[in-house]
Amino acid sequence: MSEENKPTELTKEEKKKKEMILFLSKSEEKESFLSKANQKLLTDPLDDNNPITVQVLGICSALAITVQLKPAIVMSLAVVFVMAMGNVVISLIRNLVPNRIRIIVQLVVVASLVIVVDQVLKAFLYDVSKQLSIFIGLIITNCIIMGRLEAFALGNGPWKSFLDGIGNAAGYGIILIIVAFFRELLGSGKLLGYEVLGHKGLTLEDSTGLYALGYENNGFFLLSPMALIVVGVVIWYQRSRNRKLIEEN
Amino acid sequence: MDLINLFVKSIFIENMIFAYFLGMCSYLAVSKTVKTAVGLGAAVIFVLVITVPINYLIDTYLLQAGALSWLGEEYASIDLSFLSFIMFIAVIASMVQLVEMIVEKFSPALYGSLGIFLPLIAVNCSILGGALFMQQKDFTGISEAITYGAGSGIGWFLAILAIAAIREKIAYSNVPAPLKGLGITFIITGLMAVGFMSFMGIKLEGNQEEQKEKTVYNIENENADDKATYITDLENE
Repeated sequence: MSEENKPTELTKEEKKKKEMILFLSKSEEKESFLSKANQKLLTDPLDDNNPITVQVLGICSALAITVQLKPAIVMSLAVVFVMAMGNVVISLIRNLVPNRIRIIVQLVVVASLVIVVDQVLKAFLYDVSKQLSIFIGLIITNCIIMGRLEAFALGNGPWKSFLDGIGNAAGYGIILIIVAFFRELLGSGKLLGYEVLGHKGLTLEDSTGLYALGYENNGFFLLSPMALIVVGVVIWYQRSRNRKLIEEN
Repeated sequence: MDLINLFVKSIFIENMIFAYFLGMCSYLAVSKTVKTAVGLGAAVIFVLVITVPINYLIDTYLLQAGALSWLGEEYASIDLSFLSFIMFIAVIASMVQLVEMIVEKFSPALYGSLGIFLPLIAVNCSILGGALFMQQKDFTGISEAITYGAGSGIGWFLAILAIAAIREKIAYSNVPAPLKGLGITFIITGLMAVGFMSFMGIKLEGNQEEQKEKTVYNIENENADDKATYITDLENE
């Protein structure tokens, strides 16, 4: 019995090895690069399965850097890069890494990518890198990245993982940018540093735009608690539109 | 006296959750009941007290510019600080593993209560955040690092304990359906953070100006006057 079984097992293993060499899973060979399922990977995290408002991942660094739009955009791009590359790397080596040490391997891969991002920012966007301070480093422990590596990249091929990484990072970025948009607009009357609501002078006569009518900035939006409340309101809005997301309790 | 200042400051004024939002993921995920919240909070204190001083030693004697000068003069010009992320996270991940094994061996009861939370902690932002803030603050001795670790851990513990207690009670109230669960938790945390902002007015010894800078450090407002008036407003209240 056992001898009869052996050859088939071997062929299975050989098949697996072949797949490992090609780094492609069976289903992927048949699918086109942008099939329906793959498109879903990309668009699902934007709304129905948003990492921040639905999966509750990656909130740590999301809130502290949303005072202004510019650092929020830079942060989103950094996360897109780290997540897409991290997902691809982990998915490539997923069959080589023993299960017990996978967390440390993931952390090392992500940490090396974050070091690249950090050094690039320091070299080309020094002021933004100062503003983001420790939060670039905290991308390493950003739960979205670890969560997606664990939940997706360990079980799927590189192309799917790449799409999943881009989609989830974009879902994260969208929330970041929405929150930063409102906080910068209402808190300091600017967008990306431009005074979109007019210039605020010392007196009413000096001011232009809305400020000439007596409008004041709401300084409270610059403080950290407002980030939480704005995210709360975003969740409220999203769930009242998309009622299947409502929780029991 | 300085240590007490640092301790109080790291618990209340620079609270990990309410001032910097660090460790929010597990804070939101594990705060449904007080019992589990206490377990995770205790584990966070435990790991912060251990990892912050270790990372302090690594930073001072291996990574900083000139830190290797104890090896000889030719090493004095080496600056390895770009490696700090990977070193810190490696230390944290391996310490968590080590602590887990030691606790399992010597105190099965404690392991039973902390057990499932310990692995979660390796990816808790407040642990790495503690290490990175420690690096930013330029502490002068290891006792400061230990105090800071303990203080931030206790601050995190208080925060998760408070939100868990509130969430247990809120189960009985009539929250609008789309806000249930996550949404209302966010808003309550925001209101709690407003409460914790009142600690910003506390005067501790030392350089007042510097403290203000640090507490409102994430108000990146270019208009310095706005910032100053806002702070005085807060203090007057």
